[in-house]
Amino acid sequence: MLRRLLALLFLLLAAPLAAQEFPALTGRVVDAANILPAEVVAQITARSEAIEKQSGAQLVVATVPSLQGYEIEEYGYRLGRHWGIGQKRVAGKGGSATGAATGDNGVILLVAPNERRVRIEVGYGLEPILTDALSSLIIQTQILPQFRAGNMPAGIAAGFDSIAQQVELPPEQAAANVQAAEQRRAAGGDGGGFPFGFLIFMAFIILWIMLSSRRSKGGRRARRGGPIVIWGPGMGGGGGGRGGWGGGGGFGGGGGGFGGGGASGGW
Amino acid sequence: MRALRIALPLLAALSLTACGFNSIPTKEEQVNASWGEVENQYQRRADLIPNLVSTVQGYAKQEQDVLVGVTEARAKATQTTLNPGDLSDPAKVAAFQQAQDGLSSALSRLMVVVEKYPDLKSNQNFLALQSQLEGTENRISVARRDFNTSVQAYNTEIRTFPSIIAAKTIYGSEPKTPFKATTANAEVAPQVKF
Repeated sequence: MLRRLLALLFLLLAAPLAAQEFPALTGRVVDAANILPAEVVAQITARSEAIEKQSGAQLVVATVPSLQGYEIEEYGYRLGRHWGIGQKRVAGKGGSATGAATGDNGVILLVAPNERRVRIEVGYGLEPILTDALSSLIIQTQILPQFRAGNMPAGIAAGFDSIAQQVELPPEQAAANVQAAEQRRAAGGDGGGFPFGFLIFMAFIILWIMLSSRRSKGGRRARRGGPIVIWGPGMGGGGGGRGGWGGGGGFGGGGGGFGGGGASGGW
Repeated sequence: MRALRIALPLLAALSLTACGFNSIPTKEEQVNASWGEVENQYQRRADLIPNLVSTVQGYAKQEQDVLVGVTEARAKATQTTLNPGDLSDPAKVAAFQQAQDGLSSALSRLMVVVEKYPDLKSNQNFLALQSQLEGTENRISVARRDFNTSVQAYNTEIRTFPSIIAAKTIYGSEPKTPFKATTANAEVAPQVKF
């Protein structure tokens, strides 16, 4: 009787564990799909450690054998929140000298080789540095060419290097990089060869200003914007308890939040 | 008697805490905050559109209908605003959602049209805009899911014992309206990947 009761209890305990769908956070590189050689893992781990020491940002590479039917965008941000990659944002602690952001500064380079999808998932705090356009550029130029050539470890290493480089930069230089991407965009647009482009662009700017001034007459937008600043970034945390088991060289997420920033690609 | 005098306020304080005295406003603030994030991301999408339209126009002038459709849908979407206080009003939430869904479908029509213009598809400016739009659509769906989660938590809180007591007597709380997928695939972002 007692044994049966115990068995029932175990079943009850096991149910939430079975619902668990993410691989365990075993280190800075979670190679659940088994595609990375040891030296690449060691190289990425060392660089990620150095970056965390420098700025607190946590960069993680994850390869998964299956996305379990999710879109990679959905899987990515859930994984980020589940692991709590990045430091937990501390309210009232503004910009510090050590990094561009004080919290939610996690990045996951997520690769699903079987679904042939890759994603750079960016935490709230790093979104201004690692913008969607820049993430997309890294995927298109650094990662996908290698993946298409069948060299997955090289693609992952190159992609991670580009991400690390951008995160490591001092804030001003990182911002310059983001802006350079924008400049390049503008130059590319002009090179496209449409004479009316500038005029049309100006017309839309004017239209946009007119629309936005009409909108702000109500005075609502500014007021409604308020809570976002205070509350928004903390939302995804969900993992306060997970932080701080640093002893013995173990690695744990700091409770950083994710809101779907980044970019994805397929090959 | 004296012991009772000390114990009674303590008991009252404890029972009030258990009644949702604190938890209802906390959950409501969470709903408002996640609503702010939803609006923030929709606004971000609206801000991308003028640039997108002007880029497409440079390559595909003959697609005026679609471009005008996007611009009009954007104007409608930015005009339809919703205060957090109106989140309990299903009609207003539906109107907001309809305006944003209108913009979503106008954008997906634009992205279908774009398929016909290989020059545009390889344009750097367009590719960058496309990745930003893609990222924003993704953020919108994350923000919407977070909003629905917080609404669900709030609605559960005000309808279950014991917090229902405070909800009925002190706050007069009304359930909030979550986002619904009104049309087929409304929850799905327009396909902008090629």
